[in-house]
Amino acid sequence: MTAQESGTVSAGRGEPLVVLDGVQKHFGQLHALKDIELTVKRGEVVVVIGPSGSGKSTLCRTINRLETIDEGTITLDGKDLPQEGKALAALRAEVGMVFQSFNLFAHKTILENVTLGPIKVRGMGKAEAEKKARELLDRVGVGHQAEKYPAQLSGGQQQRVAIARALAMEPKVMLFDEPTSALDPEMIKEVLDVMVDLAQQGMTMVVVTHEMGFARTAADRVVFMADGAIIEENTPEEFFTHPRSDRAKDFLGKILKH
Amino acid sequence: MDAVISNFDEYLKAFGLTIGLFVVSGIASLVLGTILAVLRVGPVSILNKAAALYVTLFRNTPLLMIFVFIFIAMPVLGYNFKVVENIEIAGYNVSAFFFRACLALTLYTSAFVCEAMRSGVNAVPLGQAEAGRAIGLTFAQSMTLVILPQAARAVIPPMTSVMIALAKNTSVAAAFGLAEATATMRAFTNNNADQRIGIFLAFAIGYIIVVEVISLSSYLVERKVRVAR
Repeated sequence: MTAQESGTVSAGRGEPLVVLDGVQKHFGQLHALKDIELTVKRGEVVVVIGPSGSGKSTLCRTINRLETIDEGTITLDGKDLPQEGKALAALRAEVGMVFQSFNLFAHKTILENVTLGPIKVRGMGKAEAEKKARELLDRVGVGHQAEKYPAQLSGGQQQRVAIARALAMEPKVMLFDEPTSALDPEMIKEVLDVMVDLAQQGMTMVVVTHEMGFARTAADRVVFMADGAIIEENTPEEFFTHPRSDRAKDFLGKILKH
Repeated sequence: MDAVISNFDEYLKAFGLTIGLFVVSGIASLVLGTILAVLRVGPVSILNKAAALYVTLFRNTPLLMIFVFIFIAMPVLGYNFKVVENIEIAGYNVSAFFFRACLALTLYTSAFVCEAMRSGVNAVPLGQAEAGRAIGLTFAQSMTLVILPQAARAVIPPMTSVMIALAKNTSVAAAFGLAEATATMRAFTNNNADQRIGIFLAFAIGYIIVVEVISLSSYLVERKVRVAR
């Protein structure tokens, strides 16, 4: 079932939630992001693909300002991203982030990982935060692991906990930075299933991934990047069957042959 | 050895003072050193530089010179710290000598604590800080809730070395009118020149016991807080 068919998400509906306008970013000599224009609407699932080094992870990380930008503006829900301090922390609480390397807090249990944000950032009571955390952990299928430490879990389980940790903040948008790239093949599916589920429930998502299957199944729109620029944007169906640019044809030719 | 055994209460008192100097300046340098380390890795450039300057200044100065400065130069400048003698803790008055010695030891040791702590902070993967920021923790929260608890685990072996050095560095206070272990040993050998070797041994054993207690406790703490990755 695709996101469109499920009826809970529809491309083109909803007002703009994340807007990147004229974003430029350099790493020394490297022009990492070139004049990026991207609008993500509420409830939309945007998948960003492209060869490694194309700037797709950097793009994802600028949206919650884990990377600063040199020029341009990024707005979330109509508001400019704050520069730093408490306002920036407050913004990040609104943006969920899932990393390639999970980054669960190694010294805290699974349950504590999920409750830390709600308790410390949202000021939620411990009992309430734990109740909610257990619901979320059940939802991603690791409820029975709540008392364990991250290192005791498999990669796929850790990544699902990381998703639950981000969801516990009730974010407006979820960013996924290559969430399955560090996983063994048999664990990729369990993480993607959770993500597809999220997409179907109407979560706004920006997903950097190499999982073309996920892009086809869950994406409303595919953004193809190369050399720091957005080369092509289209629906998954159009993009995968009729890529317009040579770079995209070349890229798809390389990854889809096997 | 007879001199030590017949004056065992003095021997214990001397090591009591050594331990007192160690505990007070140890706690103070752990606190100050940790604050300095946070400033050094923090986002405010001027504070980074101030903390780096502090470390450069106090880590590169011989401890004896810091003692000389605090015991001899500062009273000339009008700071003799006599006011601390009005403070009474559990029936004991804090002597200005004790306070000055702790001040000197703390200023010196906190520079080393800062660097040990910073190595621990650097040992925590960057992703931990990013994950903390990503759920909306402020810098201070991500430091105290995520980074420092993990850094503390990585930092126990080097921090133990710093603390052992501090325990032995308290002997510098012997030259500044504090009857701690080294000063008392000198007094003993002066009065009982025929028993020097025995006295040396007795005091060496005392220091070994103090240091072994420190390293044993650090081993126990390390085992308790080990974290899996």
